[in-house]
Amino acid sequence: MVRLITHNLLACHAKGCTSNNFPLKLQDVAIEVREAEFNPDFVRGFLPRLEWKALVQAARELGDTSLPEEMPEMVDDGFLKNLHHVLLEIHIDEGAMICPNCGHTYPISNGIPNMLLAEHEIG
Amino acid sequence: MSRPELVAPPEIYYGDIEAKKYTNNTRVQQIQADMTYRALELLNLPPDDPAFLLDIGCGSGLSGEILDQEGYTWVGCDIAPSMLEVALEREVEGDLFLQDIGQGFGFRPGSFDGAISISVLQWLLNAETSHPTSSPPHRLNRFFTTLHSALRNPSRAVLQFYPTSDDQIQLITSTAQKAGFGGGVIVDYPNSKKARKVFLCLFVGGGGAQQVPQGLEGDEVEDDSQARFEKRREKLKARGKNGRRKNIKDKDWILKKKELYRQRGKESVPRDSKYTGRKRKTVF
Ligand SMILES: C[S@@+](CC[C@H](N)C(=O)[O-])C[C@H]1O[C@@H](n2cnc3c(N)ncnc32)[C@H](O)[C@@H]1O
Ligand SMILES: [Zn+2]
Repeated sequence: MVRLITHNLLACHAKGCTSNNFPLKLQDVAIEVREAEFNPDFVRGFLPRLEWKALVQAARELGDTSLPEEMPEMVDDGFLKNLHHVLLEIHIDEGAMICPNCGHTYPISNGIPNMLLAEHEIG
Repeated sequence: MSRPELVAPPEIYYGDIEAKKYTNNTRVQQIQADMTYRALELLNLPPDDPAFLLDIGCGSGLSGEILDQEGYTWVGCDIAPSMLEVALEREVEGDLFLQDIGQGFGFRPGSFDGAISISVLQWLLNAETSHPTSSPPHRLNRFFTTLHSALRNPSRAVLQFYPTSDDQIQLITSTAQKAGFGGGVIVDYPNSKKARKVFLCLFVGGGGAQQVPQGLEGDEVEDDSQARFEKRREKLKARGKNGRRKNIKDKDWILKKKELYRQRGKESVPRDSKYTGRKRKTVF
């Protein structure tokens, strides 16, 4: 299962694709929401690792508009709960992730993205 | 019996039948669980902090299940679709990727608090895959370089593997070093033919220690590593007080899961069973 927490960490790893290779564009995705245990410390601790703009945009594309445009300076429980939902409860089951730079398509089926590269793409 | 990695490429060797056989074998389950606990011990994570881990060559989730039990959030990758299929059926909680680690990772710098890999690295030295590939040294280099950058500074990666020669150990450690890692090889129970285990313990930015931890001596005792890991954590916890990590799964949860696996093991689960009857939402 890919969740947005992982999508937010994933750049294209094809040969020579080193700039403008993040975030991978989501295409034709089917999602499923599954409840996960809320751990405010985990979510808060993860904040510095996130590319905020990419996260907000991905969440909106999946129909979740709960996150503010800018990362808030004051972090309260309500915000952390929304962030928890976006990061850990939305699962992408089907679709594809496409590199904005080289155009490589990483298909997702049964919740598993296929990250295998073609011969000429191996770095 | 000859070593699996000499028989066929991993995604062929671990086909549908072998993937189920491997996963349902209680002896295998015990050994993989044991080594996973030892890897966690060597990972030396702060006992109270939640952590985001990478399971390299996660297979059907025998190692990942321990990460679930211990309350870690994780991502797993493996080259064998049949193994990942079994992992889905077992409902492990990590995000799963179909990936050839010899092609490298695309994770942004500093993505993970640590990485483990249980019984995988020997595959990079031997059989080819049926996908496009390159030479073993090149694959190792690509693997270690991209792993190093995917890890936070400081952090550790602990990789248990089955080398066949000192040359192999040498090639692996020198490639890891060139990629920027510190650390080294730890051998547990070096004098026992059966229990001897090799762990590559890699440090990013010092890994929070000056020295590579010591290997275990004497005779192996089953279940030891879990007990040791949990004892150590309790001790550290008692010092630090309030646990901030996600709750360690309680016994009921584990029993429920075990029961689930047993049922699953008996009846063969149809390939799409996990997805039948679920609500889906399509977004463009
Ligand atoms: C002995 S199993 C271990 C699985 C799991 N870590 C466990 O403890 O049960 C070895 C795994 O390594 C995987 N593997 C081998 N070569 C690989 C590669 N190049 N990339 C990713 N996974 C690989 C195999 O598909 C297999 O699932
Ligand atoms: Zn690309």
